[in-house]
Amino acid sequence: MSDVALESAVARPAVTDRAKALAGIALLDRIFFQVTRAAAVIVLVILGGVILSLVLGSLPALQAFGPGFLISQSWNPVTEKFGALPAIYGTLVTSGVAMLIAVPVGLGIATFLTELCPHRLRRPIGIAIELLAGIPSIIYGIWGLFVFAPFVQTYVQPGLISLFSDVPVLSSLFAGPPYGIGMLTAGFILAIMVLPFIASISRDVFETVPPVLKEAAAGIGCTTWEMMRYVVIPYTRVGVIGGVMLALGRALGETMAVTFVIGNAHKVSPSLLAPGTTISATIANEFTEAVGDVYTSSLIALGLILFLLTFVVLAIARYMLMRLERKAA
Amino acid sequence: MISRIFTRAAIAATAFAAMTGAALALDISGAGATFPYPIYAKWAETYKKETGNGLNYQSIGSGGGIKQIKARTVTFGASDQPLKAEDLQAANLIQWPQVIGGIVPVVNLDGVAPGELVLDGPTLAKIFLGEITSWDDAAIKKLNAKAKLSATPIVVVHRSDGSGTTFNFTNYLSKVSDDWKTKVGENSAVEWPAGIGAKGNEGVANNVSNTKGAIGYVEYAYAKQNKLTYTKMINAAGKVVAPGLESFQSAAASADWAKSPGFYQIITNEPGAKSWPISAATFILLPKDSKDEAAAAEALKFFGWAFANGGKAAEELDYIPMPKTVVELIKKSWGEVKGADGKALAAH
Repeated sequence: MSDVALESAVARPAVTDRAKALAGIALLDRIFFQVTRAAAVIVLVILGGVILSLVLGSLPALQAFGPGFLISQSWNPVTEKFGALPAIYGTLVTSGVAMLIAVPVGLGIATFLTELCPHRLRRPIGIAIELLAGIPSIIYGIWGLFVFAPFVQTYVQPGLISLFSDVPVLSSLFAGPPYGIGMLTAGFILAIMVLPFIASISRDVFETVPPVLKEAAAGIGCTTWEMMRYVVIPYTRVGVIGGVMLALGRALGETMAVTFVIGNAHKVSPSLLAPGTTISATIANEFTEAVGDVYTSSLIALGLILFLLTFVVLAIARYMLMRLERKAA
Repeated sequence: MISRIFTRAAIAATAFAAMTGAALALDISGAGATFPYPIYAKWAETYKKETGNGLNYQSIGSGGGIKQIKARTVTFGASDQPLKAEDLQAANLIQWPQVIGGIVPVVNLDGVAPGELVLDGPTLAKIFLGEITSWDDAAIKKLNAKAKLSATPIVVVHRSDGSGTTFNFTNYLSKVSDDWKTKVGENSAVEWPAGIGAKGNEGVANNVSNTKGAIGYVEYAYAKQNKLTYTKMINAAGKVVAPGLESFQSAAASADWAKSPGFYQIITNEPGAKSWPISAATFILLPKDSKDEAAAAEALKFFGWAFANGGKAAEELDYIPMPKTVVELIKKSWGEVKGADGKALAAH
């Protein structure tokens, strides 16, 4: 009897301690779960808040202009008639030019660095590319305006105009007086700005290709080009497309650098040499002086369009990746 | 551990608040027009040396200045575009012109020196409308019989950002050209019929100096400092005038400030044989019912000090101080800024 009593008297505190400790651990775990979940939910809340305020803010403009807002070329603060077409057009064209230049060059850099480059050069070139990504966009803008645009005006544009003056479609693409600034220059600057994203992400994913695959390719007599084309790129395409989409996202939304070199004209012009504008450049230029509800609201509506544009681009990218994966499987 | 970090953070936060609070107590804040920024910064520097009180001025553009002062987030707002008397009334603000400057057309033409080319309002309007497209156009040749003008195409350069400079420039063009008035109108941003847009005075200056055949408009100080080829203008009196302190002063003096409620005066195309036609005043906006009376009183002290002592510094930076008679009128209007006790805050 006494033994039992004694035993239970000793054991009871130990049991409660253990239970307490377990409960404590369970509590910590629950708190950890809640904290991480809250962090994840915050993203949704912020995103929802941004969408909501963009929609609410652009209501007056959408009510005033209706769907015509998307296809109108007018941008007149005096009469308060606004349309988004020139800005959408400029955003797509400059980003398109940037990707046309940056994707091949970026993939070229990554291929050179991982396959062909002598070892002593790898680090300096790699660091240089990362430094390129670290330069603030305003610096690109100033450099573009003071150094690059005059260069393009003197040496590039006159050449392009005379070279293509007799070619049917290209002659209207490269037409008009050489201003130096314009959509082509903006595209060039954007290409330089997004190049590091494509180059360094592609390099990183190229390095994940198992050496045995490359050795096998070499073993059956592939050239370096064939190895890249048929082994490395198919193996890493998801990562490469991810890098390209990140770059495209930046190109679509880039503001300051573009504002400096695009010429800021609210016109849709077939010529790449003509001045144009982009959504973010318009907002940055005019937000401080936009008085009146419709004017401010039109700028916010532009912001909403950019948001949707980026969303659509990302959605298309996801869809493409999904199809690729399904094909591969 | 966690509680200790919290206590430390709390102590640091309080200390920081106390520090910034102490620093803010004497400072006044302003926001608005970019055009007078250099002179406000210069005045603030000297004023700080003399009194120890600082001024924090953000040059975010005239429209931004108007918005900020209406929201009462700053002590004063600054704008190159004056508010109409009824708008002032509605927002419970007073307004006065602080300093005057001039806007000049600048060109880039081979063999044409600064001040050599002469333009008049209607021709300038036609150029910016895109109707005159070559420098050897008859309208330009008629005004410049001696100049050698070739068939260079005209490249129009205008501001891309909203700007008080643009407001005054388009206001002038609307006054001299009915076509401009009906097709484009006046505002801090307009739908430009021709040309390329550049950001800020420096952007316009740069694009004009880079492009052969270009014409743009900038603040006189920018034209002078960047050694741009400015033009002369034919003014409302039909006389050829060069931009400069004398011609800006003449435009300011011929405006009838006394008869304009809230000092609402846009001094483009003023009469007077010597008046520069595209002169512009830049304005200060101050609430009549300031939330922070100490800051409002300090702001009035600062601008009073600037009227009394800032003239020389202004002229060095190519601005014109307000004429003495106008300063008297302005100081009288300051009586409307009252504290909670109903007494005027101005010290005079």
